[in-house]
Amino acid sequence: MPLIERPLTQNIRPGQEPPDLRAYERAGGYEGLRKALTLDPKTVQDWVTRANVMGRGGAGFPAGHKWASVPMGPEAARPKYVVVNADEMEPGTMKDRLLMEGDPHQVIEGALVCAYAIQADVVYIFLRNEYKLSEQRLCKAIAEAYASNYAGPKVLGSPWSVELRLHTSAGRYMCGEKSGILNALEGKRAIPRAKPPRTAVSGLWGKPTVVNNVETLANVHHIIRHGWEWFRSLSHTEEGGTKLYGVSGPVNRPGVWEMPMGTTVREILEGCAGGMRPGHTFRGLLPGGASTPFLTEEHLDTRMDFASMHQIGSQLGTGTMIVMDDKTCPVGLLYGLETFFARESCGWCTPCREGLPWVARTLEAIEAGHGKPEDMEVLDSHVKFLSGHNTFCELAPGAMMPLKSALKAFRADFERHISEKRCPWRTG
Amino acid sequence: MLSVAERLEIEAEAAPAETKRSVASDALKIVQRHRGWVCDEALKDVAALLGLSPAELDSVATFYNGIYRRPVGRHVILLCDSVSCWIMGYNPLRERLESRLGIGLGQTTADGRFTLLPTACLGLCEQAPALMIDDNVHGDLTPEKLDQVLENYA
Amino acid sequence: MTTLHVDGKTYTADTAGRNLLEVCLSLGLNVPYFCWHPAFRSVGACRQCAVKVFKDEKDVRGRLEMACLIPVTDGMRVAIDDPEAVAFRAKVIEWLMVNHPHDCPVCDEGGECHLQDMTVMTGHVYRAYRFSKRTHRDQDLGPFVNMEMNRCIQCYRCVRFYRDYAGGRDFDVHGWHDHVTFGRHEDGILESPFSGNLVEVCPTGVFTDKSLKHHYTRKWDLQTAPSVCPHCGLGCNTFPGERYGTLRRVMPRYNGEVNGYFLCDRGRYGYEFVNSRNRIRRPLQRDHTGPVEVSKEEALALAGTVLQSRKVIGIGSPRASLEANFALRALVGPDRFYHGVTDKELRLVRTLSALLKRGQARTPSLREVESCDAILILGEDVTNTAPLLELALRQAVLQKPKADALKLGIYEWLDECLREAMQDQRGPMIVATPDRTALDSLASRTVRAAPADLARLGFAVAHALDPTAPPVPSLTPDTLALAEGIAAALRTGRRPLVVSGYGCGSEAVAEAAANVAWALCRTGSTASLCFTVPECNSMGTAMLPGESLDAAVAEISNGTADALIVLENDLYRRAESGSVETLLGARQVIVLDHLAHVTASRATLVLPAATIAEGSGTFINNEGRAQRSFQVFVPPDDIQASWRWLAELMPHSTRPWKGLDDVLAALADAVPAFKEIPDIAPSADFRLTGQKVPRQSSRYSGRTAMTADLSVQEPKPPVDLDAPFAFSMEGSRAHPPSSLIPRFWAPQWNSVQAVNKYQFKTGGALRDGDPGRRLIEPPEGEPTPYSVSIPAAFVARPYRCLVLPAWHIFGSDELSLHSPGIAARAPGPYVALNPVDLGRLGLAEGQAVTLSVGVASRVCSVIVAPDLPVGVARTPAGLPGLPALALPAWGGIAAVGGHSPPASQHAAGVPPVAGNEQDAHTATENTNATSGSPGERGGAP
Ligand SMILES: Cc1cc2nc3c(=O)[nH]c(=O)nc-3n(C[C@H](O)[C@H](O)[C@H](O)COP(=O)(O)O)c2cc1C
Ligand code: SF4
Ligand code: FES
Repeated sequence: MPLIERPLTQNIRPGQEPPDLRAYERAGGYEGLRKALTLDPKTVQDWVTRANVMGRGGAGFPAGHKWASVPMGPEAARPKYVVVNADEMEPGTMKDRLLMEGDPHQVIEGALVCAYAIQADVVYIFLRNEYKLSEQRLCKAIAEAYASNYAGPKVLGSPWSVELRLHTSAGRYMCGEKSGILNALEGKRAIPRAKPPRTAVSGLWGKPTVVNNVETLANVHHIIRHGWEWFRSLSHTEEGGTKLYGVSGPVNRPGVWEMPMGTTVREILEGCAGGMRPGHTFRGLLPGGASTPFLTEEHLDTRMDFASMHQIGSQLGTGTMIVMDDKTCPVGLLYGLETFFARESCGWCTPCREGLPWVARTLEAIEAGHGKPEDMEVLDSHVKFLSGHNTFCELAPGAMMPLKSALKAFRADFERHISEKRCPWRTG
Repeated sequence: MLSVAERLEIEAEAAPAETKRSVASDALKIVQRHRGWVCDEALKDVAALLGLSPAELDSVATFYNGIYRRPVGRHVILLCDSVSCWIMGYNPLRERLESRLGIGLGQTTADGRFTLLPTACLGLCEQAPALMIDDNVHGDLTPEKLDQVLENYA
Repeated sequence: MTTLHVDGKTYTADTAGRNLLEVCLSLGLNVPYFCWHPAFRSVGACRQCAVKVFKDEKDVRGRLEMACLIPVTDGMRVAIDDPEAVAFRAKVIEWLMVNHPHDCPVCDEGGECHLQDMTVMTGHVYRAYRFSKRTHRDQDLGPFVNMEMNRCIQCYRCVRFYRDYAGGRDFDVHGWHDHVTFGRHEDGILESPFSGNLVEVCPTGVFTDKSLKHHYTRKWDLQTAPSVCPHCGLGCNTFPGERYGTLRRVMPRYNGEVNGYFLCDRGRYGYEFVNSRNRIRRPLQRDHTGPVEVSKEEALALAGTVLQSRKVIGIGSPRASLEANFALRALVGPDRFYHGVTDKELRLVRTLSALLKRGQARTPSLREVESCDAILILGEDVTNTAPLLELALRQAVLQKPKADALKLGIYEWLDECLREAMQDQRGPMIVATPDRTALDSLASRTVRAAPADLARLGFAVAHALDPTAPPVPSLTPDTLALAEGIAAALRTGRRPLVVSGYGCGSEAVAEAAANVAWALCRTGSTASLCFTVPECNSMGTAMLPGESLDAAVAEISNGTADALIVLENDLYRRAESGSVETLLGARQVIVLDHLAHVTASRATLVLPAATIAEGSGTFINNEGRAQRSFQVFVPPDDIQASWRWLAELMPHSTRPWKGLDDVLAALADAVPAFKEIPDIAPSADFRLTGQKVPRQSSRYSGRTAMTADLSVQEPKPPVDLDAPFAFSMEGSRAHPPSSLIPRFWAPQWNSVQAVNKYQFKTGGALRDGDPGRRLIEPPEGEPTPYSVSIPAAFVARPYRCLVLPAWHIFGSDELSLHSPGIAARAPGPYVALNPVDLGRLGLAEGQAVTLSVGVASRVCSVIVAPDLPVGVARTPAGLPGLPALALPAWGGIAAVGGHSPPASQHAAGVPPVAGNEQDAHTATENTNATSGSPGERGGAP
């Protein structure tokens, strides 16, 4: 049993002010950064690689590998950047907010350790506009970090200097995409970028850049402080650490909890969230935000980690699940969801820009009782074509995840809408 | 013409930035904080200040939903229409809002009090359904609670 | 060479630096696309070019890839016809059609629409989308480009061309999701001088040619032939298109070495002079009763009498074909032929061509300019003197950062990624000019100086590069340091380039530029030297022996001649009115030209001459590239090519010329420099698979009906004696040699994108080589000696200004000004002054003043040019209705109604405004105060 079981949330007291710098330090804060500064940057990268931290922003890319592909040494292009992806706009996701509101220094320390590991010169925290409380608390924490020389010139007397900046978004889901965020920071339209080059080589202003999710980074100073073996031991699976799992929807206790990586869906749904509210029957859930495929009853004992979710044809995504009950019309739900995706398409590539509105309008028609049998073909073909490499970025394939699985799991509901020319959930 | 305050704030924002362009959206938000929205004239002034052409800046301005290129009401309601809220009662909430205010999504009340806009998930999923008015969030709403909330915004 | 397998067939291709889409298109395979463009390449937005790619022979599933985004690897297996790829591509078109209006019948693009072609190619026929379409408001973008935003398919090409490739900043993409629009921030004239290219860059009918709207014709109903733009000295290749005897539009004709895919707006929209109401259509005889129309025979007889009974001299023209100038020379005799330009201009252009021939710095084609990586512009505002050169230089400044970015492993076709990696980095480009230029914003350094000082700077740079180049006496330390800085910047280039030309009207500036290029060559760089020239055949005519207009004036005034033939030339635009009066005072004046102008109004006989679209001929551009332009249509009435008029005037017994080929043969024979000219395009007897090349498309409609109001009998198409083209749709459909391509078309490719089918490589040369032939190559062997005559520093004078010509892309060219759109954009008469001069002359911005140079004067309004050196003024060159000014020259500026102080006040000891007048010019001031040309040294080089 490891010393600390819930490193990410140990300082978080919901409803209270977050720990200030002194309180954070008293709880061992900035020890990770201090220790990192005594290590070679490559060693820090190496520990994070061994800890096997999978990116918590949704894609599950190992953070250590990402860092290791940044050019190092005196020849490397400067400045280098770390971008903390705090844009959290994935529907159904509220975990990064918890971290930023509850323990902002932890996020900052993680970002600084990352910055040290890749010898970055500037850290940008890219925060979504609506997170006003996070903004306030991060601002204060940043000022404190500067005041104590955790950031700024010659950090803690080391030769390494780093700038820490908070950027608040002007809105758009695409700003959270790993290259859209760079364009947004450059003051451009947040459209995605093509590869190669990888961001690690040519990112922000064409310079080496690491983009990581808030939660991903919140882990790393713990890894440095307590070692990667410890970190791995927190998890039930190969993927290291704990995970912030969330549940929203008609459950008894909606919320966010830190649990070992690989906790099963059922443990979270029933254990943490207290199961379905009385009078509501479970029909399915989106395991990690809106861009993941529906899970149904038979999947509930699956572990919530990237690999296990992948195995059953779903995705961990952000790990914050949305539960759908029998009182919710899946067609209506999908209509709302696809309208969101259509609205948030950046307009760059054809399939996403033109396909998503078509899907949304078709769903709207079906939901309103104007569906036609051919509409099912329209939906199926979009699911098929808006996938994989066919679009420029992952937005549209993500949008098809819930639809594809819903067309399978709840097909009869769609067909009933069409044949009955009405929404069976709508009374009167 | 930009006010002195607007200009100073924008310049302060731009001073430490890597490129002037990178504060494009920040500068527009500053203008918006002062005026509620970004009119053509202000857009041109900001563009000149940042070394951009009006077309370039408007390209950015019209991309982001947080920049208003048309006048808005005194209070902007951002109604979360994402999945958790949808399940937990977005539709009744929206209907209540629309009937109380007499406007649809994207519209402003005749008295200029409220503008109603849809927004992506507000990250308040555990308190769904939720909305945001100006800088304040309101969760666990019901159509009844909504009425009380609206009272606070004159 | 790489081997790849496409749809089961094996191909080998040179794939270096090219993506799969480019390779497939180059192999002649049909892969649909939208966002990729051969000049600005891939971004992967439209997703139309999807193909299946298989890992190896065993891989049967494969994976959909966007062909424009991936490299070609050896042994690669690709399926264009894979069912999944076919289905996906059909889906992409279906998506694009979701919002595209079905308005092809009323759309200007119809019949040459890439979207139509691709829709047919992908087999999308049935529309499943059953909801309403989105609509947009259109903008008024000025006289050139029409907008119909509802047709947009969001391929982003327009903004990538306008903003990224051409550097325009008043056009961008707005909005998001399926509501993105492309245009200006508000209604208004598109500022970029390359805006017209949106017409072809846009794959559908959003941006169309507004001038065409006034006399609309479908592409297939246009009669076209390969032509050359007559509106500047770059010789861009064009396709003028005619219907019912009027010219309807001009499109760029791809030439990999010259204009590539593009044209400037002067070249595209300048054509309407051909349709002008001021056209001279029939011979006119003028006697004391006024002008009367005469028949062609009468005209020939009249002219014949003049030629027999008078001492006739001929005056040529740099805007007429080589053939026309040569025919005139042959008619009047070589020693009685004079160039249609002043001594000053002739000397300047001859200096330019001599410098190109003399030194080891090669004159680059525009394509080669694009690949230069360190640039010095000396004295030239290229946007206004050679517009497409600006576009080429915009690409050139990216060479260096691009080379750095490629080291990051970016594919060179990934346009957006390259631009991200390059950010705002630009290679070295020094813009040293008298006043601001459009390229300043890209310059690593700008220098503002008077021509003499620009020349001195250039000489100093050359000396800094190579100590054996002549040093510049009495340089200030600042200038010395500047010169060394410029030299160092140029040395960093692998392919440095020096640009100069006629803009300053100074031979010294050109010589200095040449010295810089030569010094670079001598110290081990492969430097190029690019000169602009004023007109479409300035270079060609300068290569013809003959003296200038000034000498012709002498002939007339001393009575050795008493009649003259003026070829395509309004002499009032060339020389001071006094000299012109002398010339036109000849007993008989025969003028051949297109448009009624002052010179023509003074002629005793006027002969209607064909425009570039109505006759065939040869033009030599600034690069020394001889290019043939072919007649597009048979002009109405008695209009014919000038050379043909002149040939018909030759005595019957000696008249040897039936067609263009005869003229060319004689020319090659008479002038050794033009030996190769006959070979630059096939002769009139050339046949393609036994037939002529049709000027009309196979779908040309209404031929039997279009003259039915005159006669029910279908007239026999006219016969072209000069070229292997038919004025009809009959003829060979095979691909002709590149110089004879009458339009780009291929089965399934009705839009300009068909040009891919005429190249071995997308963006490369046309299949049998780009048309035209370079007549100037650097000499082998010993390096030539440097130019050594270095002018003294510029010294401002009291009460006078050195008046420089301000060239304007819209306004300075004579012919294009007859197009309403161009005229609308031409400046009014102005004089630009530095604020210091404004103060010292007691003038205010906007004030009306009289600018006098020599005996000529112009009323204009004052504008402030803060960058202009003190003592220097600029005024638009070439505006009509104003006396010609032989600029640069010293001039006086006085408030309208006021007086400028007499020169004697200077002699009386009024202190000079700046500097001290120690230069050679001061001595001549009092004797020749008004017509000195201080930009240059006296005497021919
Ligand atoms: C449309 C779209 C929106 C995204 N939004 C976010 C986001 O708000 N926050 C986030 O951390 N990752 C987001 N991602 C995932 C990022 O692309 C990226 O994978 C992540 O930030 C990388 O960090 P990680 O490796 O630490 O997870 C988004 C991806 C897509 C395609
Ligand atoms: S206007 Fe034309 S070029 Fe521009 S995006 Fe639309 S279709 Fe493409
Ligand atoms: S041409 Fe390849 S994606 Fe557009």
